[in-house]
Amino acid sequence: MLAIESLHVRVEDKEILKGISLNVGAGEVHAIMGPNGSGKSTLAHVLAGRDGYTVTSGMATYNHANLLAMPPEERAREGVFLAFQYPVEIPGVSNIYLLKTAVNAIRKHRALEELDAMDFIGLVKSKMKLVDMDEQFLYRAVNEGFSGGEKKRNEILQMAVLEPRLAILDETDSGLDIDALRVVSDGVNALRSKDRSFILVTHYQRLLDYIKPDFVHVLAGGRIVKSGDASLALELEDRGYGWLEQHAGAAS
Amino acid sequence: MSASSREIEKLIGQGYKQGFVTDLEADTFPPGLNEDVIRALSAKKNEPGFLLEWRLKAYRHWLSMKSPQWAFVHFPPIDYQEISYYSAPKDKRGGPKSLDEVDPQLIETYKKLGIPLAEQEKLAGVAVDAVFDSVSVATTFKGKLAEAGVIFCPISEAVQCHPDLVQQYLGSVVPYADNFFAALNSAVFSDGSFVYIPKGVRCPMELSTYFRINAANTGQFERTLIIAEEKSSVSYLEGCTAPMRDENQLHAAVVELIALDDARIKYSTVQNWYPGDENGVGGIYNFVTKRGDCRGVNSKISWTQVETGSAITWKYPSCVLTGDNSVGEFYSVAVTNHFQQADTGTKMIHIGKNTRSTIVSKGISAGRAHNTYRGLVKVLKNAENARNHTQCDSLLVGDKCGAHTFPYMEVKQPSARVEHEASTSKISEDQLFFCQQRGISAEDAVSMIVNGFCKEVFKELPMEFAVEAQALLGISLEGSVG
Repeated sequence: MLAIESLHVRVEDKEILKGISLNVGAGEVHAIMGPNGSGKSTLAHVLAGRDGYTVTSGMATYNHANLLAMPPEERAREGVFLAFQYPVEIPGVSNIYLLKTAVNAIRKHRALEELDAMDFIGLVKSKMKLVDMDEQFLYRAVNEGFSGGEKKRNEILQMAVLEPRLAILDETDSGLDIDALRVVSDGVNALRSKDRSFILVTHYQRLLDYIKPDFVHVLAGGRIVKSGDASLALELEDRGYGWLEQHAGAAS
Repeated sequence: MSASSREIEKLIGQGYKQGFVTDLEADTFPPGLNEDVIRALSAKKNEPGFLLEWRLKAYRHWLSMKSPQWAFVHFPPIDYQEISYYSAPKDKRGGPKSLDEVDPQLIETYKKLGIPLAEQEKLAGVAVDAVFDSVSVATTFKGKLAEAGVIFCPISEAVQCHPDLVQQYLGSVVPYADNFFAALNSAVFSDGSFVYIPKGVRCPMELSTYFRINAANTGQFERTLIIAEEKSSVSYLEGCTAPMRDENQLHAAVVELIALDDARIKYSTVQNWYPGDENGVGGIYNFVTKRGDCRGVNSKISWTQVETGSAITWKYPSCVLTGDNSVGEFYSVAVTNHFQQADTGTKMIHIGKNTRSTIVSKGISAGRAHNTYRGLVKVLKNAENARNHTQCDSLLVGDKCGAHTFPYMEVKQPSARVEHEASTSKISEDQLFFCQQRGISAEDAVSMIVNGFCKEVFKELPMEFAVEAQALLGISLEGSVG
């Protein structure tokens, strides 16, 4: 599904990612953990195609295509989804209008017929149950006046409606109370399938109590310093990141 | 500059699609303005004495006036002797009697603009008066309107056929001495539309005028007069375009609306005069005085405007709420891009008791453009329980443009309630990236956000025009993502 090879990324003059290699197979869930400033969010943004990052070397192949050469909307249409750490507000544009425009842009790209209003509303309503959202949210402006938890649930709703092949969740657990965390995690779990892969970027092990990863990677100082299975996350909870950061420091 | 801001600029910078010139033989006055030019104009139109006198009074008054300086727009002084004050397609047959006799080239021009004049091709239920430079070239559905008693014709024809109505109402809302451009218009106005809705009649179709400037070095000075008698109602639309030229051209129109007891007038504008190129060369100076008088009790006048064109817009469609319980509304979307300047807004003058007014203004600036809202809410001493609500929102696209708001309030009646809300927001790169990440292109994202911003105004437009306005907005903002 996704193969990242020796990816180096700069922001302005500063090298943030110093050679990341990662393989994500279909249906796998990978957790990327690490201390603040380690480059976790940079990796998520570079994969989604955000401006302001310069790839100096390395590559990322997505379903045998050069991911980094595609404009961001094409990556989205090809099935890459980023759940934002800080979802933006768009005053005046209703949630349902955004969703419908997005769904139809993606369907058009895949040479599918655009959905009409009736079919679309049916689809959205079925997905809303996943994240326990009230229908009134559909008619409110995108994220405007939403609480932190509502915004994150809205991200998961968008993911459910757009049905990506690769979903990257950037610190989706940050700022969530325990109930919201459970709703969000249930939503993600319901979307797990053998064709859909996930990258969970998170600082805390807490999210992984709810979404069980197949692999855990620790990012420190712009490199993956350790990879393992779900038990690595528990070890991190016990020991913190310090021992691994030292390890990264020694290697650089 | 980041990729997404380049996209914005590209989006905003798209072409003007109505910029072609029709090659027609024209009857054009040499440039220059003096009393003889006005006499010649009046003679050409075979006008009655009262009108010539009125024009001359206006001209003499205009000579004593100075071009207004208070608006937030900048342009070099206009040489009024360089402009030709009359241009009309040359008519070889002494004036068309029916649509069949209109020069096919003119019909073709309007067809290219999306305004079919042949009635069988017409948008169902919209009657059109087509004004080309200084004259009206065709008016559709006259017969059907006449059955209902509605008069819809060029104002030059109304001067001939209904001189009493013209004499009674012309200048009764915008007197010739009102302001510099209104005085100039009163002296030299060439054509425009005239509408009269008799007592108790609901006009059976939308009325519409399509203004087209074609000739070079001419000014367009049209005059529109709409009278709605007791308990009548009418919805009127105007659209405008011009060829792309490097010189600036002057358009100084006057529109007067009169609503008597229980009458309703809805006036919608989609203004798309040539805005100049992306370096600010050329474009129309759109200096227009529009005012409606709610003269009767319970009357209502509603202005809706979508302003995307013109190099400079100076325009304040206003309501004088004379009758008790009368209602005035102003809904506006003004888009400026590149080097366009707009200083636009409204005046609501509350005179009668229980008068109400609503102002919703949406200004969008992109490129290096400046967009100003200027509005006056005035409540006179006798206007007990007057109410006003003003909402004034600005949206910035990119970081080189400007938005300005100048609300004025003068309240002389203690029971009045006047509210003003304002906001300024910006389309951010975060918003664009978010939309792109959901599969939506930057262009579609800007257009989606802008349309969302303008929703409240678009819902006031008649249906066919709401669609046109949305499309126009997309074109005006093309090249704005950058």
